[in-house]
Amino acid sequence: MAMFELFKKKSSGDTAKKRLQFVLSADRAGCTPEIMECIKNDIIEVLSKYVEIDSEGLDIKVNQVDNENSNGGPSLFANIPIKGMKRSY
Amino acid sequence: MGEVIVVTSGKGGVGKTTTTANVGTGLAKLDRKVVLIDTDIGLRNLDVVMGLENRIVYNLVDVIEGTCRIKQALIKDKRYPNLYLLPSAQTKDKTAVTPEQMKKLCDELRGEFDYILMDCPAGIEQGFQNAIAGADRALVVTTPEVSAVRDADRIIGLLEAHEMKQTHLIVNRLRSDMVKRGDMMSSEDVVEILAIDLIGIVPDDENIVISTNQGEPLVGTDTMAGKAYMNISHRLLGEEMPYLDLSAKKGFFSKLFNKN
Repeated sequence: MAMFELFKKKSSGDTAKKRLQFVLSADRAGCTPEIMECIKNDIIEVLSKYVEIDSEGLDIKVNQVDNENSNGGPSLFANIPIKGMKRSY
Repeated sequence: MGEVIVVTSGKGGVGKTTTTANVGTGLAKLDRKVVLIDTDIGLRNLDVVMGLENRIVYNLVDVIEGTCRIKQALIKDKRYPNLYLLPSAQTKDKTAVTPEQMKKLCDELRGEFDYILMDCPAGIEQGFQNAIAGADRALVVTTPEVSAVRDADRIIGLLEAHEMKQTHLIVNRLRSDMVKRGDMMSSEDVVEILAIDLIGIVPDDENIVISTNQGEPLVGTDTMAGKAYMNISHRLLGEEMPYLDLSAKKGFFSKLFNKN
């Protein structure tokens, strides 16, 4: 049974949870997926001036949860894998 | 002074009316004086779920408009000494009542009853605003599906904006066999996503359909859903109740290997 699980594709329950987390982060921020996509592209554009970014691995979301930096409001989290620095000379 | 509890969900068809009927009947079985109010004007159905549809004379709108006194519109459920229903109007539209009028009605009932349970209509329009106007607590019902959970999240946001004092979550129609094989979100998943206190998990149970067919709430009976609803009634009274082992029902493997 455990062997079977290993080769099985990701369960639909997990897919549901992931999709919900994504759609709710947008709902809660009052922010549509289109706007999130624009923010993401702009961030890539700005950072690409200085560093090489793995744009495939980039993850960006707006969270409603309280944390010490957010002052109770929503905050934007971005996980941006950097491939390397760009040499300017 | 009685407490006003609204049962709400956002999405339709997730079990608000069934929950109102069973949790309310459960509280009556625990010797509390309870009134159930159907606030879904134009689409009344708490009366049929309770099996009291043939006894309606006056309704919620009649009370609000002053056509009758509250006592005349309340239907006493003869199966329990402390249980009453205030049915909704079937022919009026939902603009017939305002949130202020509902709040006033709730406050009048507080003196007479321990618990006032409001069955909220689906949606977030005036019917929802009416149902939550006078409430102290909210029970948010959801099923472990993306559409229902998304709507529940919206409802929770609106309840917070309305400064609802307490909001609890009921995860309804959970199928432990599907959770076990990873094809349904677990109650833990739903609680993590919605981030509010859980007050009950109700398994998907065909006895619910049977009990609705008969117009007799199954709370307190020896069925999985009956026990789950009774536990919710206990928890509303502040009692600690352990959660049921929902996998006690025969699963796929026990059926496969244990045919006798």
